[in-house]
Amino acid sequence: MSINLRRALLPALGLLAVFAVSSANAAEGEVKLQRQSWAFDGPFGTYDRAALQRGFQIYKEVCSACHAVSLVAYRNLSALGFSEAEVKAIAAAYEVQDKEPNDQGEYFTRPARPADHFKSPFANEQAARAANNGAYPPDLSLITKARLGGGGAVFRFGPSGSDYVYALLTGYKPAPAGVTVPEGMNYNEAFHGHMIAMAQPLNDGAVTFADNTQATVPQMAKDVTTFLTWAAEPEMEARKRLGLKVMLFLLLMTGVFYAWKRKVWKDLH
Amino acid sequence: MSTTENAPKKNGIVEWIDYRLPIFTFMNHELREYPTPKNLNYWWNFGSLAGIVLVIMILSGIFLAMNYTAHVDHAFVSVERIMRDVNTGWLLRYIHMNGASFFFLVVYIHIFRGLYYGSYKPPREILWWLGLVIFLLMMATAFLGYVLPWGQMSFWGATVITNLFSAIPLVGEPIVTWLWGGFGVDNPTLNRFFSLHYLLPFVIVGVVVLHLVALHTHGSNNPLGVDHKKNPKDSIPFHPYYTAKDMFGLGVFLVVYALFVFFAPNFFGESVNYVPANPLQTPAEIVPEWYLLPFYAILRSIPDKLLGVVAMFGAIFILFLLPWLDSSKVRSATFRPIYKQLFWIFLADYIILGWCGAQHPEGAPLIIGRIATAYYFIHFLVLMPLVSKFEKPRALPESISTPVLKTEKA
Repeated sequence: MSINLRRALLPALGLLAVFAVSSANAAEGEVKLQRQSWAFDGPFGTYDRAALQRGFQIYKEVCSACHAVSLVAYRNLSALGFSEAEVKAIAAAYEVQDKEPNDQGEYFTRPARPADHFKSPFANEQAARAANNGAYPPDLSLITKARLGGGGAVFRFGPSGSDYVYALLTGYKPAPAGVTVPEGMNYNEAFHGHMIAMAQPLNDGAVTFADNTQATVPQMAKDVTTFLTWAAEPEMEARKRLGLKVMLFLLLMTGVFYAWKRKVWKDLH
Repeated sequence: MSTTENAPKKNGIVEWIDYRLPIFTFMNHELREYPTPKNLNYWWNFGSLAGIVLVIMILSGIFLAMNYTAHVDHAFVSVERIMRDVNTGWLLRYIHMNGASFFFLVVYIHIFRGLYYGSYKPPREILWWLGLVIFLLMMATAFLGYVLPWGQMSFWGATVITNLFSAIPLVGEPIVTWLWGGFGVDNPTLNRFFSLHYLLPFVIVGVVVLHLVALHTHGSNNPLGVDHKKNPKDSIPFHPYYTAKDMFGLGVFLVVYALFVFFAPNFFGESVNYVPANPLQTPAEIVPEWYLLPFYAILRSIPDKLLGVVAMFGAIFILFLLPWLDSSKVRSATFRPIYKQLFWIFLADYIILGWCGAQHPEGAPLIIGRIATAYYFIHFLVLMPLVSKFEKPRALPESISTPVLKTEKA
């Protein structure tokens, strides 16, 4: 029977191998990305709260000038370790338009509440393009998931979406000899085609961290990527925690069923 | 093994109901006593597994539908609301999303088991056809469902697949417009796809019932392919033997499934589908989900659009003719030395086609895809009829018990 089982697994593995190859190929492109070590990797991985808070600060002070994270609400920030009062204060610093008109039928603005989603820097895509030389700064809510399948997965054959975002933020280099960078574009070794409209967003000392962490480019890239990975997969910690319990239960259950099967089949010839 | 021995315990209410609606007699007959060959191996687990996955898909799907909005402006965000704001919504969605891949994995194993052990041969032709109908319905349902999150691959996949119908001469274009409900994949398309995606699984349930009726008429095939009803020693009651074996198989399956749901939920997905649909921007590669890749490869390996579509559908419809393409009286490949080799070559060919489907159709992958496509048809149309005619099968055992007893003595 063990032979049967082993043979049963072969085609399954074959199909999975097909996948591995196809997803690896998709990742290949022309860019080689390095895998970083992330606190959220692996079956027990969690988000580093300090990195999340620093990452949020970087998003707020640097990225949010052009990029939205419209799927995240201020209330979600409590997951970063902010207290209820802190979340309220963070939200209140933004002036948003209420979705409903007032009694006079006029739309009005008010300070944001924790239930509001993050305020987007531009009213719409056209406004964003107009302000950015025709380029559209994408919404970053799902950016790590939308590149190479997200961060923190367990079976992975190549770099993750988080590795990609990190590589992009640290990938600004002088263009190699012979490569001309068009007006308004920048050279980035991680970006597909290497020409990116976004100017280098992170420079040493761009932000001042309250916890005295040195604001180097790699440090900031790592922190803001951690924040964006959380923004894309806020459920990851709960998912892995529940997953471990479910696995434990399923393994026990399977063991019981196996014992039952053995017992039932024992005296059959 | 007799009726009395296995009958359910007497119970007044049960008997009252059973006298008027013999549901308990029916269940006892089909789920307990049901005589099953005693030699089924673990490959026979995948039929019941497929049924269970279907139930998992329907249940998770019903709850997802309660929170999903089928509108081009809201679909993508509503899926993200499920992921972020609905209680255990992420779990429902990842169960459903990965469930599709695991449904196909299980059904592929089930189909290839049928090919190896000749389960399509008399008297099980209609059983085989019904299975193929389920497979076709599954592909349609999976495609429709993939469109619903309204990501880039949803939109462009829908555009490519619906455009296939434009290959039909004369009426092609009007048909595509009719399918779309407009002049492009848009809100009417999304709405009807949602409606059909909710409908088809219940059609599948109906065909599964017919599949089971056909199965229980002559009983399961078995690894030896000899009729288990000739010798009374060859059959065992379904319960507890196969309930126990199926439950163990289910446990192993759920362990693997849960590994993906909880620890690598986007392993099977295309990351570009986390970018909202944008009709103005085509993604670099438009590829279907892995389970459709072999057929996608067949489609793309033929330079002519219409012929490509014909070949793709032909690749599935050819399977309906299997009972006649393979005229060998011997069911199981165990006793068919040449067919057995062909089976493994065909499986490899199918996997190669899947690989080609994921590549850009140029250079080596295109050439390999063309050879693999040709071989796909040669396997069924040339090799199978010839082999079934000229192959000398090994001697069949008289009954299932015979070889078992022999090996025990040896």
